[in-house]
Parts: sequence; structure tokens; C-alpha cells
Amino acid sequence: MEPGCREQLDFARTATIPTRDHALNCADMTKISRPSAKKAQQSQEATNPHSPVVDFGADKPLHLDSGVSLSPFRIAYQSYGELNVDKSNAILVCHALTGDQHVANVHPVTGKPGWWELLIGPGKPIDTDRYFVLCSNVLGGCLGSTGPASINPETGKAYALDLPIITIADMVRAQAMLIEHLGIKQLFAVIGGSMGGMQVLEWASSHSDKVFAAVAIATGARHSSQNIAFHEVGRQAVMADPDWKEGRYLEAGTVPRKGLSVARMAAHITYLSETALHNKFGRNLQDRQNVTFGFDADFQIESYLRHQGTTFVERFDPNSYLYMTRAMDYFDLAAEHGGRLADAFAGSKTRFCIVSFTSDWLFPTSESRMVAHALNAAGASVSFVEIESDRGHDSFLLDEPEMFSTITGFIRSAARAKGLLPS
Amino acid sequence: MSVNVHPRVDFAVIASLVKPGSRVLDVGCGDGELLELLQNTKDVDGRGVELSQKGVNESVARGLSVIQGDADSDLKYYPDGGFDYVILSQTLQATRNPKNVLTELLRIGEKAIVSFPNFGHWRVRTSLAINGRMPVTKDLPYSWYDTPNIHFCTINDFVDMTKEVGAEVESAVALNALGERLGFNMPWGFWNLFGQQAVFLLKR
Repeated sequence: MEPGCREQLDFARTATIPTRDHALNCADMTKISRPSAKKAQQSQEATNPHSPVVDFGADKPLHLDSGVSLSPFRIAYQSYGELNVDKSNAILVCHALTGDQHVANVHPVTGKPGWWELLIGPGKPIDTDRYFVLCSNVLGGCLGSTGPASINPETGKAYALDLPIITIADMVRAQAMLIEHLGIKQLFAVIGGSMGGMQVLEWASSHSDKVFAAVAIATGARHSSQNIAFHEVGRQAVMADPDWKEGRYLEAGTVPRKGLSVARMAAHITYLSETALHNKFGRNLQDRQNVTFGFDADFQIESYLRHQGTTFVERFDPNSYLYMTRAMDYFDLAAEHGGRLADAFAGSKTRFCIVSFTSDWLFPTSESRMVAHALNAAGASVSFVEIESDRGHDSFLLDEPEMFSTITGFIRSAARAKGLLPS
Repeated sequence: MSVNVHPRVDFAVIASLVKPGSRVLDVGCGDGELLELLQNTKDVDGRGVELSQKGVNESVARGLSVIQGDADSDLKYYPDGGFDYVILSQTLQATRNPKNVLTELLRIGEKAIVSFPNFGHWRVRTSLAINGRMPVTKDLPYSWYDTPNIHFCTINDFVDMTKEVGAEVESAVALNALGERLGFNMPWGFWNLFGQQAVFLLKR
């Protein structure tokens, strides 16, 4: 679900979790709610990113689902490989809730490798020697595309909550404008997991002629009630933090660290499976022989979650977290089509590959199966694979050989069908 | 869910019944071998459904459009007449409700191709008659208690069922144990005794 969590999940790296407690009430958090150097760098990325940007001016407004037009707006993106002469080899990667465009390069804030480098690169399943791979920071994000931390031209201050609500379809509209700007008429493939998978389904539904192949991983055509519930817990945590300042923390010079940390901690649990947590942490104690009869992080799992919370704050904008979670909550592809999901894909010529994981309880296989059945009913070409894994929702970011062989086979076959590979 | 009878001599027969360039759904496609054969030799637009996850994953890695699903419960998600051919190879006998499955095949496809092992074959008959035990042969290797083949039928039984569901037999082929075609003009009773397996092309 997040760049960097791949490393955190690695057993070998468990030992690198800092030994001191990352307690939410530890000194560096209560006394200093001011931006750290890293945090300042993240804010810098929001307005002046290390990525190419495209600015869409007053002549190209974005018509949002909320009925509002957003103009001007900016999209920041990263690309890998070369676009071929007839611009037919482009693959768009859609990132997840707290991901960003740095899919296969070192992250400018965290210094960690790209979040999908296992999948994307020279000679990888998505081979950048062959394909032009593109990933843009979603609208509402905080790594350079227009989001709540961007400057509102009308006020000269950050939008904060004055930014209109962004939906998954709005993100996709903005991406479609970027693709058009780059002169790409049809994407060879769109691929993404979790919220990225939602964008993939939206792309295939609302811009089906622009998508030759679609890979939607660990996702669904809607956000479930339980998923909305977890997101609401996260949002309430952010907004309950006094340093949130009704969303105006950038002007106040504060950071709602505790709130965003707690939001991240709760969400992070949903990205893992009970088995994975148990195998990794069990009831093990953190750097101590006995419980302390207090509220320190006695257990490794507590220390791990606190670490996840604090590191997340360094690289993510709290208001952007509110907008991203809301976008996922509002997503319901069937509802956009009279309640019948199959109608979202009527007449689709796109080739679909749907992937789920057995231990993913955030987007369980039943959600993917629903999509696969709808695609069947619409007469679309669909592959649907459920992969055995005990690593929960985050499996899609991890080293899952069966996922890689599935994607490799699917992409190769689609490339042959499109004439990008000899048949 | 395709229950293997080796060798898959029925594949060549099935492929000979499929017109080039048609839309094909293979129900119980196993690891995708038949679909791949049809794509390569008949240029079909092929899709598959397979019960075992291993089979699905292998099929998709081959670049085929295959989803995990159950012939008994998941065919209802397919639209009427969505395919030119729906194929059920060596799978009918493993379904819970073969008659319902056959009806669904003919709803989804203009034509259905069904291959199945013939339980009326003389080897099966003699095995039961002489040994007094459920037949376990080279081609039907399972014991009665662990067989996935819960609904065996004979060629004659199958012909009766096609009448019950209102299907027309467009053509049929019986194969002996060596995978050779039996003579065309033989009566059903002859095929029922000497056909080790049968392939039927049905239409609505």
C-alpha cells in the first residue's frame, strides 16, 4: 500500500526497526510538532517536485465529479523507457493510496528504492527496455500534482480543505489529459494495485478505447463498508489532532503528527494478515525481558506500528490523506452504471487481468471475483488469478513469483495481440 | 476441473470440429493446453474457466484468458450466445448436475462440443461383470471413493440426455483405446461397446 513498506515487511529488516520506542507521546513528538528537515522536503515536493510536470491552464479545466471545475492544475509524473515511434508501447502505472509516481527510482524524500522495482525495470516483468512506463502522482496527492498542499492561485496559500473533493474518476480524467498531452492515443496497458486497481477499472470503464490491456490487482469495483469504516477512523484521528488547525497547519507551521501517525497505524494493520503479523511478531517483546507494567511499546508489534506511523508522517501530507481516503470511499463503479457492474464494461475490447490474494481481507478475492463475473457477463476478455499468499493486502508490492509469472504471461500475450511482439 | 484421461486424443478431434476464427469458451480448461492448441491452429478468440487455481495460473501465464470458476455454479454469469463454441472436454462426468451444465453450454454457445469417457466400453463392462468391482482401468485410474468422476455415463445415456435438453447431435466421433476413430456408420450400440471415449458436436 505504500512505498517503502516492502522493506519494512522484510523479515531480515525487522532488526533495523529502531530500538528506542517510537511512542506517540515521546519527547520529540510532543514538544516539537514543527516540521523536520525531511518533512520540509516533503512539503517542497508538493509544490516544487523532483519530477517533470505538466501545467494545465485556464483553457484546459478539469471537470470534477463534484460539479466543480478545477483550473489551473498540475500533474507530476515519472517515466521509464522510451516511447516508440507510433506511441503504442506506453504502460500507465496507477499508484495506491499513499503511493506516488516514484515507482522505479529512488524516492526523493525517503531515499528508498521505487515501490514497484520488483515488477518494473529493464528485463523485469514490465520491461522498460521494451515499454514506455509512466506513473503520475494522482490528483489530490502530495508529491507534485495539484493537491491540498498546493498553492491556491486565488489566495496565494495552500488549498487545504478548499480543494474540491477528488474522486477516482477525477484522477483518471487528469491522467487521460496527461496521456493526451504526451500524444498517446491508446495506452498499451494500465496497471495498478489497491487504489491503483480502482483507477485501472475506471480507466477501462470510462476510457475503454484508450486501454488495450488492464491489470487490476488486489482491488475491487467499490469500497466496502468495512473499508470506509477504517478510513473514517483515520480521518477522525487526523482531524482530532490540535495541530491539524482545521486543515491550515501549513500556515500555522505545525504538523498533525499524532493524528496522521494513528491513522497510518490503524490502516497499516489492514494491509497485513493476521498470520503475517503473528509469524513476524507474535507476542515478542521489544528489547526487554518482561512487560513494564506501563504503556511503553512493550511488544514488537507496537514498536513496529509506531515506527510505521512516524515515518509515514515524514513523507505524506495529512490533508492529502483525507482526500485520498475519501476518493476510495466514494468509488462504486456499479452505482455509476445503474447498479449493474457488467454495464460498466459493456462492449469493452480491453483485455483484462484480475489478480487477488488469498489472505487479503481489505480487498478479498470475492471482490475480484465480482469484477471477473461482471466482465464475463459483458463478454470481455478476462483472466482472473487468485494467488496463495499469507502476506495480506500488501502482497501486491512484495516478491510474489506467481503474480510476476501471471503478469509476464498476460503482458506478453497482449503485446503479441497488439503487434508489439512477434506472434 | 478437466479430469485427465491420457493421452488427450480427444483434443485433435475437438480441434477438427472448430471453425477457424470463432469465439470459443473452454469449460474445465485445465492448464490451457487445448485452448492454446485452438489459438495456434484455428486462430480462435478463446476463453477458459477452470476450477483448480493451479490450472488457472498456468493458463494465464501462457497468455490465455482464463478465470477460476466452477462449471456447475459460474456459467450463469455468461451472456446468451456469447460464443460460437463452448467446449466441455472430459469434464461432464465430474460435474454435480451434468444436465444443467449441458443446458447452460447450449445457452452460452451456438454449439457445444462435449467429450467424455464412455462407461459403456467393454473393458468397463467386463471389469464390473467379472470382478464384481467398480472398474479401475488405465484410463479411469481412480478408486470409487476418491474419484472426481461422480457422474459417469455411457454413449447411449448421453444421447438420451441430448434429446431431453432438446439438443441436436450435429456430429459425433467415438475413439477406441488407441485414440483411433471408430467407423462412421456404426450404430450407437457398437460405439457404446467399443468407444473408449466420445466427442459430440451439439447445437441448439
